Amino acid sequence: MNEPLIEVRGLKKFFGSNDRPVRAVDDVSFAIARGETLGLVGESGSGKSTIGRTVLRLVEPTAGQVFYRGGDIGALASEPLRKLRSKLQIIFQDPYASLNPKMRIGAILCEALATHHLHPGKGAREKRVAELLELVGLRAEHASRFPHEFSGGQRQRIGVARALAVEPEFIVADEPLSALDVSIQSQVINLLAELRERLSLTMLFISHDLDVVEYLCDRVVVLYLGKVMEVATTGALFEKALHPYTRALLAASPKADPNQPSVHVALKGDIPSPIAPPSGCVFRTRCPHAIDACAEHVPTLEEVEPGRWAACIRKEIVLMKAAA
Amino acid sequence: MAVSNEPRLTVQHLSTSFPTDGGLVHAVADVSFSIEPGKTTALVGESGSGKSVTSLTLMRLLAKTANARVSGIARFGTREGRSVDLLQLDEQAMRALRGNQLAMIFQEPMTCLNPVLTVGEQIAESVRLHKGLNRGAALAHATRMLDLVEIPAANRRVHEYPHQLSGGMRQRVMIAIAMACDPTLLIADEPTTALDVTIQAQILELMRKLQARTGMSILFITHNLGVVAHHADDVVVMYAGRVVESAPVRALFAAPAHPYTQGLLACLPGKARSPGTPRPARLFVIRGQVASPLAPPPGCAFEPRCDQAIAACRATMPELLSTGAGREARCIRAVAALPELA
Repeated sequence: MNEPLIEVRGLKKFFGSNDRPVRAVDDVSFAIARGETLGLVGESGSGKSTIGRTVLRLVEPTAGQVFYRGGDIGALASEPLRKLRSKLQIIFQDPYASLNPKMRIGAILCEALATHHLHPGKGAREKRVAELLELVGLRAEHASRFPHEFSGGQRQRIGVARALAVEPEFIVADEPLSALDVSIQSQVINLLAELRERLSLTMLFISHDLDVVEYLCDRVVVLYLGKVMEVATTGALFEKALHPYTRALLAASPKADPNQPSVHVALKGDIPSPIAPPSGCVFRTRCPHAIDACAEHVPTLEEVEPGRWAACIRKEIVLMKAAA
Repeated sequence: MAVSNEPRLTVQHLSTSFPTDGGLVHAVADVSFSIEPGKTTALVGESGSGKSVTSLTLMRLLAKTANARVSGIARFGTREGRSVDLLQLDEQAMRALRGNQLAMIFQEPMTCLNPVLTVGEQIAESVRLHKGLNRGAALAHATRMLDLVEIPAANRRVHEYPHQLSGGMRQRVMIAIAMACDPTLLIADEPTTALDVTIQAQILELMRKLQARTGMSILFITHNLGVVAHHADDVVVMYAGRVVESAPVRALFAAPAHPYTQGLLACLPGKARSPGTPRPARLFVIRGQVASPLAPPPGCAFEPRCDQAIAACRATMPELLSTGAGREARCIRAVAALPELA
């Protein structure tokens, strides 16, 4: 693997009071190689969005570091951080909430350019805005319109254009498809795939939709209650998941094919509260393979096969079932 | 009770339109389908396709201020063996059915539950009203219902408020409310959309169990084709307020007849790769977007986005025509492609 563009080490983010914090992200580490798209999957409350925001230092981490090209982002003062932000961008989930309804599209895109002193001069800015709109499949004349004049899919394209305006190297895409209809989703997926190739972007793709992750991502990090359960290349993960949670997650997602075996309820109960996570392995309260020892030790993420990592002390379950 | 092979619900030529400042919006136009006893019919479509308006029209829950203009027939076979038209019943008769023989669950369990009443009181309300149980008996019934929907510690939970429950539990409570009077038709409007996949699997299994036990029919409204594939018997696909295709579930997924259904299935990322082949560089795309309901295209509503459209598609709205056993499609191209139809 070439040198990582982004590296996250021991990231923790706790919210609320010091004595009973919400452990949104609890000791997460991963690296993203240049040009790679890393998928971050998990259910609500697993900490995926918090990780996305902490990586960009939109929220300050409680502990841990984020490195961009080997430099610690957390150590930067506000001015150099501001400069760096042009390299690190984000696409938000809700295209209805993330565009200012009082601003025209041109002004929304120009704001990003002005902040980073790019393409100075009115004519140059207008030209760049037109370029950006065409890049995401809209037309130059859309610059004079307001967000409410666009459909959800078009708004998400504007969100993408805004992120790309400052020529970033790295993009966090935080559930960019979940507010869109199926037929519009595939349009935006194709747009992201095309732009990623054309602009050689590195991406952290946050999603709960496993089909989309399988299609778009090179590697996947599976989260549960703020902790990493499994890391694997996309092909390997969807071929055979090793961690009991990943297996349950895959089994619960219905495939759009009535001839496929029906989904079964692999997990009973709800995700525990992140204020009082279970001792030991956080997944043990819902895990079909949990034993007493699971309550005692927090499992470490170990390399169980080349390039595959899982956090589970029941090695025989992880590996035997994998062989079967 | 009269046992018959009649469908539990037969909807014919249902249309709902709303007057707006910009003109009349035909949210639902000429929709027909039926649901057999004990079966599930899925109503599939994207936002604005009219699936929720269809369900609200059937339940007569559209706001009076919306000034909806409704036409058509919705024949419902009651528990007593009578056949009534839901759209013609007077309000009192409708109230006697709604929440009793006809029940509904909604997408967002948090906004549908009353935050200031305990879940027990909310479940008890309908049995007190429809079955005349007293307060104590109704609460005992509520506890049994919570047991039925597999909420642990029902005795304690019955006295809790919605905010004390997780999203999955709240949806179970919604189901308990709907099931309290043992309905024969359940309308489920995107019941699992707000839930995580592992919780979705639990709720879908619960609905399936309850259906097997009670023999109720379910009208399942969803945009999730994965859920449809595994939980529906028949599928009705809607586009821009109209039914564009209806078929038994296996037939539909095996060979979708309408170009819109074909496109919907083809653009799913999960369907992009057949086993053993590398993923394609790009997904199939249905180009463009749904036309504004105020300015619908002159002919087929899907024509502007359809790759198979010909000049005739622009002329008139196609009829819903038979394309095989129990199948219909609203497409002149699909019908023309049939071999043996003279």
